[in-house]
Amino acid sequence: MKIGDHEWRLDSIGPHIWRGSMETGQLLALSRAVKEEGGQLVALWGSDDRHLNGGFGIHVALLTGLGLAWVSCVLPAEAPAYPDLAHIFPQADRMQRAAFDLLGITATDAVDERKWLRHNAWAASEFPLRKDFSSLAARRSPLPEADAYPFIYVQGDGVHEIAVGPIHAGTIEPGHFRFSIIGDRILKLEARLGYAHKGIEKRFEGMELATGARLAGRVSGDSHSAYAWAYCMAVEMATASTVPERALWLRALFLEIERIANHLGDLGYLGNDVALAFGFMQFWRLKEDWLRMSIKLFGHRYLFDCITPGGVATDIDAAGCAELDALACRIEAEIRELKIIYDEHATLQDRFADTGICKPELAAQLGLTGLAGRASAQTWDVRTQFPQVPYDRLDVNMATQRRGDVLARAEVRFAEVYESLRLIRDILKRLPAGGIHAPLQPAQAACEGLGWVEGWRGEVVVAVRIAADGTLDRVHPHDPSWQNWPLVEMGVLGNIVPDFPLINKSFNLSYSGPDL
Amino acid sequence: MASYLILQKILKTGFVSEPAPQADPALRTREQALQAEILKVFGQAVAIRHVDAGSCNGCELEIHALNGPHYNIDGLGVKFSASPRHVDVLLVTGPVSRHMEAALKRAYDAIPDPKWVVAMGECACTGGMFGESYASCGKISNVIPVDVEVPGCPPTPTALLQGILAAVSKGASNASG
Ligand code: SF4
Repeated sequence: MKIGDHEWRLDSIGPHIWRGSMETGQLLALSRAVKEEGGQLVALWGSDDRHLNGGFGIHVALLTGLGLAWVSCVLPAEAPAYPDLAHIFPQADRMQRAAFDLLGITATDAVDERKWLRHNAWAASEFPLRKDFSSLAARRSPLPEADAYPFIYVQGDGVHEIAVGPIHAGTIEPGHFRFSIIGDRILKLEARLGYAHKGIEKRFEGMELATGARLAGRVSGDSHSAYAWAYCMAVEMATASTVPERALWLRALFLEIERIANHLGDLGYLGNDVALAFGFMQFWRLKEDWLRMSIKLFGHRYLFDCITPGGVATDIDAAGCAELDALACRIEAEIRELKIIYDEHATLQDRFADTGICKPELAAQLGLTGLAGRASAQTWDVRTQFPQVPYDRLDVNMATQRRGDVLARAEVRFAEVYESLRLIRDILKRLPAGGIHAPLQPAQAACEGLGWVEGWRGEVVVAVRIAADGTLDRVHPHDPSWQNWPLVEMGVLGNIVPDFPLINKSFNLSYSGPDL
Repeated sequence: MASYLILQKILKTGFVSEPAPQADPALRTREQALQAEILKVFGQAVAIRHVDAGSCNGCELEIHALNGPHYNIDGLGVKFSASPRHVDVLLVTGPVSRHMEAALKRAYDAIPDPKWVVAMGECACTGGMFGESYASCGKISNVIPVDVEVPGCPPTPTALLQGILAAVSKGASNASG
C-alpha cells in the first residue's frame, strides 16, 4: 500500500480494509505519512495478548486515500509502551489515556497523562482489560477511592466556573462539563466523561458470537444497526463467511432507516432549543410514524437485533415494501414543507447561523468526523468513498457544508434525510431475491476481522478477535464521538452559555459509545 | 411568512394525540402504605426526574418519544422536571454504572418523601446485557429501592407510561396493605 513516497507492507483483507503489523517506530512514520497525505486517525485501542505472543498490543485504524489501514504493534509484557501519537493526531489523546486506564500500556512522552475512563471503580494499579483481572472480584470490593480529576483552571479577573453534571437538567446521558466563563461568554469548556463506563469490552470476553452481536448493538443504542453491522462484518471477515446478497441490502435498509429516525429527532430538538416548539412537535410526529412503521414491518421500533452474524433476522415482503415506500414519500413531502418554515423563520436562522463554529482547518486538525465533519468541509463518507455491498451500487451523494456552525449541521441533516429516503426507495426497488441468513463458517483457529460502517453520527469501527474455541477473545467497538467531543469543547468558545445546549444538540454525541 | 406557514401546517396536521393507556399494576414491585389523599393529588399530576445511570441511550430515545405529540403527557398531568427536589417520581434507566452510583443515590436522597422509583428497561430491571461487573452494579434495585419495573429493551412509550401511572395511580393504594 503506497502512502506518501513509501510502500508500506499492508495486505488487503477486505474491500478497502488493509492490515499490517510493524515496529512502533514504523507506526510513528506511517502516522506522519498518513497525516501529510490528509488522512486521519479513526481509532486507537490496546489488547492483552500475553496468552498469544507473550506481550501486549497497540492497534490503530488510520483513514487513508485507499481505505482503512488497521495496524498493530507488539509491546513487551514488562512496562509496555509505544510512542505518543497525539502530537500527530490530537484525537488520539483520550484514546491513549483510556488504553492506559484499561490495560496499563503507556504512550511515551504524551503531554496529557491524566486518567480518562477511570473514576473510582478500580484502582490506578489495576487494569480491567488484562486477562488476569477478575471482573466479579472487583465488583465485590468496595469503591477504592473518591474520584478526583485535575481540571485545567482558568484564572484572571472576573473568571468563574460553572460545573454541570453528571446529571443534567434534561433527559441526557451522564457527563460532566466544566465551563470557565466571563460574564456570559465561554472562555473554556472541559468535558469529563466516563460516567457511563459499564465494562462493555470486558463483557465481550468469552462471549458467543451471536450474543456478541446483541451486545455490540447496545454500545450506543441510537446507532444500533451501525454497530451490529460493523460487528457482524468483522465476525464474517474473521470466519471467512459469506452473507446472502439480500441480507446485505436489508442491512443497508436498516442503517438508512436508523439514520432518518435520528436525524428527524435532532431536527425537532434543534427547533425546540431555539423555542420553536412547533418544530419539535412536527418532527417528532414524523419520527413516531417512522418508528411505528419499523415495529410493524420488522418487529422493533429501533430494529434491535435485526442484524445477526451471517445475515439478518427479519425480511420484508411486497406489501411491506409498498407500505414503506409510501411512507417515505409522505414523510419527504412533509419534511420539505417544514424545511421551508425553518428556512424562513428569522429567530431560528439567527440562532443557528454563526453559532458553535468549527472551521474546516480546525476540523481537519482535530479529526472531526461523520455528519459534524461533513458540516465543516471534511468530505468523508464511507458509503461514498469506500462502499461495501450494496453501497457500491447505490451511488450515495455526500452532503457537505463549509460553515461549520449549527446551521451547517442542520443543513447536512436535511440533505442526508432526503438522500436516505431516496436510497430506501432505491433499495426497495432493487432488493435481490434469495435467503436472508447463512450460518457462519466455524472458526478453525484464532482469527480476526474488522467492520467499518457509516452510522448516522459518523463512522463506527468494530475490531474482533475470535479465540480458537470460537468465543470472543477481544472486541473493540469505536464510536465517532471519541473524535468529536473535543470539537464541541472548541466550538463553544466565545459563545454564550445559553447557546451551549443548542451547540451540543447540533453535534448530538454519544456518551455511552465512547464510555464503553 | 413563516408564521403563516406554521399556522397552515398546524391546521393541516390536526390532533394526533391518542387516549392514555391504563395503569398496569402488575409492574409494581414494592408496596408502600400511602395515604389516599396524597394519591388523589398525585393521581392528577406527577412530576418526574429522569436519571440515566449508565444506559446505552436506547431507553432515552423512548423517553424523548413519550414527550412527542402522540402521547400528550402534559394532558395527563405528567411532567419532567429538572430538579429532583421538585418531583414525585425518579425514573431510572440503564444498569447502574459504578461511576454513577454516588450520583444516583444523591438524586434519590434529594427527592422529598413520599417518592416512587420507576426502573425502565431490561438493564434497569435485571442488569440486562451488561450485568454486574467491575464497572456495573447491575439492576437499579441493587442501589436504591424500586417501586415499579418496566421491562423491554427499550420499553415502548406506552409501556413506560403505564409504568409511571402504575407507580402513582389509585390502584397502587388499593394494592398496598
Ligand atoms: S434496556 Fe435496552 S435500550 Fe434500555 S439501556 Fe438497556 S440495552 Fe439500552
